[in-house]
Amino acid sequence: MSLVIEGLSKQYTKSIQALKHISLTVSDGESIGIVGESGSGKSTLARILLGLEPYKEGSVTYKGKLIVPKNRSSLRAYRKSVQMIFQDSTSTLNPKLPIWKSLLEPLDNYKEFSPSFLEQGLTKLEKAEKLLEIVGLDKEMFSRYPVELSGGQKQRVSIARAISLEPSLLVCDEPTASLDMTIQVQILQLLKELQRKTNMTILFISHDIRAVAYLCERMIVLKEGLMVDEFKMADIYHSDRHPYTKALIKAASID
Amino acid sequence: MEPALIKSRALKLIHDPTMTIGLFLALLLGGVTILGGWLVPHDPFQINMNNRLQGTSFDHWFGTDQLGRDVFSRIIYGAKLTIGLGVFAIMIAVVIGVPIGLFSGFIGGRVDAFLMRIVDGILSFPDFILAIAIAGMLGPNLTNLIIAIVLVRWIVYARVVRGLVLAEKEKEYVLVSKVSFSSAFKTIRMHLIPQILPDIIVMAAIDVGKVILLISAFSYIGLGAQPPIPEWGAMLNEGRSYFQVVPSLMIYPGLAIMLTVLCCNLLGDGLKNYFDIRKRRG
Repeated sequence: MSLVIEGLSKQYTKSIQALKHISLTVSDGESIGIVGESGSGKSTLARILLGLEPYKEGSVTYKGKLIVPKNRSSLRAYRKSVQMIFQDSTSTLNPKLPIWKSLLEPLDNYKEFSPSFLEQGLTKLEKAEKLLEIVGLDKEMFSRYPVELSGGQKQRVSIARAISLEPSLLVCDEPTASLDMTIQVQILQLLKELQRKTNMTILFISHDIRAVAYLCERMIVLKEGLMVDEFKMADIYHSDRHPYTKALIKAASID
Repeated sequence: MEPALIKSRALKLIHDPTMTIGLFLALLLGGVTILGGWLVPHDPFQINMNNRLQGTSFDHWFGTDQLGRDVFSRIIYGAKLTIGLGVFAIMIAVVIGVPIGLFSGFIGGRVDAFLMRIVDGILSFPDFILAIAIAGMLGPNLTNLIIAIVLVRWIVYARVVRGLVLAEKEKEYVLVSKVSFSSAFKTIRMHLIPQILPDIIVMAAIDVGKVILLISAFSYIGLGAQPPIPEWGAMLNEGRSYFQVVPSLMIYPGLAIMLTVLCCNLLGDGLKNYFDIRKRRG
């Protein structure tokens, strides 16, 4: 068991409770989808998993270690193994910086670490080129600025940046939501391929049940901070499904 | 950066007439400021009572003042004081104000609340009155004037930078920078400073003009440069008593001040246009 969440609750204000007693275990190399509408607590869960958000009730442990957002030295080791990609690839890249600078920011923070896919003694630009190749981009793109890239290309850059530290857990917060249909499929294919190669755990947050069905082996459904359903992908049409899950499936019209 | 890119940016810079005139004036005034001491035809402090209050002549382009000193030489020499001190004061204000604004905005919480209450407190006084009070308290000379100006100007930079940072730090790439475990210092250096730098440069360019007016105004009312220092405001003050006989004693220093402020404003506007163009590109 790699990621264990037990009884996690998060309260923003007295009236707004984002998460209510979430318990979840994710094993190594698994891909799990978290589905729910806006305001269901998906993104809060992601932020807590990254150690960006403090929580009071419950516990989150990764590989036996408790995640404590305030403890910077333990967070440093944790952040190396847990990375995240975000929804809007346009706002996640600084428009003033060339691609290679954004791309190498994580590696620059972990100078002592050298990923297995990069040979020793590469220059910065060679590292950037290599990373771009891994996510299927033209390596000449390193010197471009974000405005010169398409949405899909920018999301590939974000993915390259996230996997540059070879994380064992990748949290994806709606990474395809702002992309065209055909580009969505390409990004999902890329994530699937990367997962197959590196055997990392993927936690895929989405409101798009079809994307989750494509990428994940297991799915949990959040509604107003509560985990209302959890099932293996094969059981998606099982009659035990929560009515809300059924409604989501119906809305996605894949039945 | 590729040479072609530098060239295209330089061309864009020159293309704007506001910028071209501003740059031309800036080069001219900058040259005079730096080389002033070597350019003067006469000693700006040399008193010659036999030659006082002369009009324009071949020897004295701008005439002579009530003590027979060459006005042209005094204005050229005075550029170093008026422009030099104006630029210097703004540089110090930027160096103090910008980091405080950056950290206050980025860290937030109590640090921010504490610093901004100080800023609010000082901002609640009109800055000219406050500067008069400080300069009056410390004693009338140029050093104290600069201290007074820096004390009232750094606050404006701290305030503006904090506001920019507050807007900027909500951008997702700042969060991403945090996720990749960059320190606050690195995030500020890598993501925030490049974003706010254009605004600061534009603001500082226009501010230099304002501060030059302030220095001249203070010297004019006797709180800044003292005679015989050929600071332009002080020259205006000295020329005041002879204004009806020899108006050029006030006209030339006044023109010099006007030209400098104009230069700062044109340069500021030109830079603003230039950065806006780049902003639209992304």
